[in-house]
Amino acid sequence: MPELLDPRAIGTDLARRDGAAKVCGTATYAFETPVERPAFAHIVQATVPLGRITAVDTSAVDALDGVLAVLTAGNAERLAWTDDRELAVLQDDEVAFRGQPVGVVIAETSELARQAADLLRFTYDEREHDSELTVDHPGLYKPDKVNAGFPTDTAEGDVAGAMATAHATVEQTYATAMYHNNPLEPHATTALWDAEAEVPLTLWDSTQGVHPARSTVAKIFGLERERIRVVCPYVGGGFGSKGTPHANLVLAAMAARALPGRPVRLALTRQQMFFLAGYRTPTIQRMQVAADRTGRLQAIAIDVVEQTSRIKEFAEQTGVPTRMMYASPSRRTTHRVAALDVPVPSWMRAPGECPGMFGPEVALDELAEALEMDPVELRIRNEPEKDPESGKPWSSRNLVACLREGAERFGWADRPPAGHRDGDWLVGTGVASSVYPTYRQASSTATVRFEAGRYAVEIGAADLGTGAWTVLPQIAADALDVPVDDVEVRIGDTRYPRASVAGGSSGTNTWGSAIVVAAGAFRDKFGGDPADGDEVSGDVDQAERDSDHAAYAFGAQFTEVRVHADTGELRVPRLYGVFAAGRIVNPRTARSQLIGGMTMGLSMALHENSVWDPRVGQVVNHDLAEYHISVNADVADVQAHWIDEHDPWVNVMGSKGIGEIGITGTAAAVVNAVHRATGIRVRDLPVTLDKVLAGLP
Amino acid sequence: MKPFSYARPADVAEAVRTVATEPGAVFLGGGTNLVDHLKLGVARPELVVDVRRLTSRAVVDLEDGGLRIGAAVTNAELAADRRVRERYPVLAQALLSGATGQLRNMATTGGNPLQRTRCVYFQDVTTACNKREPGSGCTAVGGSTRNHAILGTPGVLPDPTAAETCIATHPSDMAVALAALDALVHVQGPAGERLVPFPELHRLPDDDPSRDTVLEHGELITAIDLPPLAAGARSAYRKVRDRASYAFALVSVAAVVPGDGEIRLALGGVAHKPWRARRAEEILRGAPLTEHAVRGAMEAELTAAQPQPGVDGGNGFKIPLVQRTVVATVRDLALEA
Repeated sequence: MPELLDPRAIGTDLARRDGAAKVCGTATYAFETPVERPAFAHIVQATVPLGRITAVDTSAVDALDGVLAVLTAGNAERLAWTDDRELAVLQDDEVAFRGQPVGVVIAETSELARQAADLLRFTYDEREHDSELTVDHPGLYKPDKVNAGFPTDTAEGDVAGAMATAHATVEQTYATAMYHNNPLEPHATTALWDAEAEVPLTLWDSTQGVHPARSTVAKIFGLERERIRVVCPYVGGGFGSKGTPHANLVLAAMAARALPGRPVRLALTRQQMFFLAGYRTPTIQRMQVAADRTGRLQAIAIDVVEQTSRIKEFAEQTGVPTRMMYASPSRRTTHRVAALDVPVPSWMRAPGECPGMFGPEVALDELAEALEMDPVELRIRNEPEKDPESGKPWSSRNLVACLREGAERFGWADRPPAGHRDGDWLVGTGVASSVYPTYRQASSTATVRFEAGRYAVEIGAADLGTGAWTVLPQIAADALDVPVDDVEVRIGDTRYPRASVAGGSSGTNTWGSAIVVAAGAFRDKFGGDPADGDEVSGDVDQAERDSDHAAYAFGAQFTEVRVHADTGELRVPRLYGVFAAGRIVNPRTARSQLIGGMTMGLSMALHENSVWDPRVGQVVNHDLAEYHISVNADVADVQAHWIDEHDPWVNVMGSKGIGEIGITGTAAAVVNAVHRATGIRVRDLPVTLDKVLAGLP
Repeated sequence: MKPFSYARPADVAEAVRTVATEPGAVFLGGGTNLVDHLKLGVARPELVVDVRRLTSRAVVDLEDGGLRIGAAVTNAELAADRRVRERYPVLAQALLSGATGQLRNMATTGGNPLQRTRCVYFQDVTTACNKREPGSGCTAVGGSTRNHAILGTPGVLPDPTAAETCIATHPSDMAVALAALDALVHVQGPAGERLVPFPELHRLPDDDPSRDTVLEHGELITAIDLPPLAAGARSAYRKVRDRASYAFALVSVAAVVPGDGEIRLALGGVAHKPWRARRAEEILRGAPLTEHAVRGAMEAELTAAQPQPGVDGGNGFKIPLVQRTVVATVRDLALEA
């Protein structure tokens, strides 16, 4: 059994190293990078959902002083790589979805750029579009694989047989809405092209990965990677939407190349975020669950219907958690996708697990009701000894401990009866499980160098606000066996060694592993008394890698929901989560991540809903006044706890990812509590007051 | 975003004259709605006339026991005024249920009632909207209608291509309270001053949805009077929305019981204007305000209600919701007594 790093700095609640700079406003974000004489670019979007541009009239713009360039398909540079049609902007006259970029205007001020964008006149030959997902859409197909490379379908045993003969069954359809990642900082770039420079293209970009962004841009523009620098010290939130470059980055680079020597700033407006930054597909989940009299599952099946765009496939792996969560002799998971004339979906916090822990965790609640069994106990009874999908033993699995501790903290045993009324409010309690896989990316390199009496650790990683600036020094300090104050970690720049994307809750696991390798190599080579300038690199692929265990973080969430007896208004006074996520490197930043995920899950449960108007072909509530996220007044007592977990198999830090698990299962816990309060089972999110009116006294 | 000129006249008369003579001119108060519209291209004025410093920023006692609120008094100031909180709780509650602290610090008494609908199609210049662009049609019919009207509309599924079609709601909370209080609006126009009873300030779309109020171009609200209420009067505002704060009303109710056997009820979120439930008021006049009576009166009020279907599930739920909300609000007022 591998040994874990001896924790000294690890496990302490070191304050964020970038905290003071952020609070004081001195941390610079991409759009505010100090540059000389910036120009401003504004994206022009298609106003038809499908068709072809037949004419562009720029005459009104030509008369404006201060407009520096107008790029459209007619004059934009030809890109070297156009296979990714989301990124192949301004390459032809085709419009594949409403809101797709059809031009970019560059001007001396942002106001002028927007004015000019308004004055451009596009004429379209519009074609009939198809943008509405339905459960029986004629275009549904089986993708070759789903996101993260998972198989599209799995099956074992006899689900139909179990459904026909089991003591208790649930067969229901659940739906999650379309959701849009809305980090406070919109997607933004400051770009500079200087053909004479050694590194001609510099992109200060808000991204979850400077190296992956650079690789994509290099491919698109046919440039060597070394001729591009991507810089991103700080990110004002990403949630997956900044995990892969979107059209705005290509347009920013294009705009800069059209104005050599002139830095160009380009930010998406909040409204544009609803067209160009990715989103989570709506999902329709048909669940079948069968159990014997004691509550042991005989079958569990999920058949998922979801959407992608016609120009680029992104098939969310919604059915994946059903493959491993509970023991069952029979099991089926399928994904069917409709390719529509819609914007391109992408990663949003816990793709797969987030929507995929809704249907199943509500279905289990319905099963518990049918069996007249405590839903906590039902979950415990279906604890698998090994991973049902791979057959491998768990690296560690403490779902049961999370359920028990959560029940204890919440006071589950003494919860009020169904339909309990307290004054004007109906009170209900609910529970659901959480899960997220423990990932480690295949490539990342860290360099350790001794500089002026301190250790400099360089790795081209990203901190989305999650805490990488803070936790990586903790890991490096323990790996080098020095106080954390003796370590300076530098991230967020392609000048530092190549690092993976901050995605899949893999950042700390991956970059930390590379740092530990580099630190070990440094001590092996230079000992405990290095000379100034001594330097060595280490790769994550040199770290021990276990492939004999199934590695996941687990959790349990408990919630109290109050429903107003007159109006159906919903409030969630308590939301408690208990997680088992390996060793927690920094309790302060970890708690923020977990509470943030749970709050986003609460928001998904009660509020978030991108209202798609299939006649127009767009999200119509495309701003933060109309697209509701939970506000402070909606978020009351949210607590995140964890149990100490010693997992030697995941990595030398013993850490599992914590960025995404918090959002999984939350919405199901809320729906289950609403049912206990009102008797109404809401199977389509969000749970809004109109859906519970019928259950009120 | 279209460039515009900006003027800050010396007094109300000059401001009124300036706007009245320039068809492309608009008044600017707190700017909490207009500035958004400038950015979105919903408003494209040639000239923005800043009146924020021209009208009174004081709340003064009137001889009859009422209050006169200067048009420049902010929503935050008004909600905090002790006289308002004690004598007109319905207004203080309505103000505090609106927007956010930051917005209430900017929004003015004169500007708040003139804010425009939050219909998502009105706010998106790439879609047809009779209110924004007369004659272009109404995209809201059959679209996202959760926040739209159930009262004062032409019917279920009105013709979306007709120039008169509009199913928008008025978004102000303050206006609903003022309608129930029978406030009086002081309006300064090029031809002099006139008084408009608040319930008559806003209009139904009729044949011109682009007009939200009866004000003519160039007319400026300078003050709003609250008539006196008897010592035993009670009032309350109840707002029901999709989240606990910073959301427009799905439905809201302003209820005033002056103490003379009457009840005044104004509804928000249900119509193109703050909706005085005159029929329900009439039925309840002189009657004991039992739950049964209020429910029955609201049933009568809502017989003409037209739910709108929509891609978001429509707004039919507003009919039971507004009825339940009125019943609860009046019940709670009665408990106060």
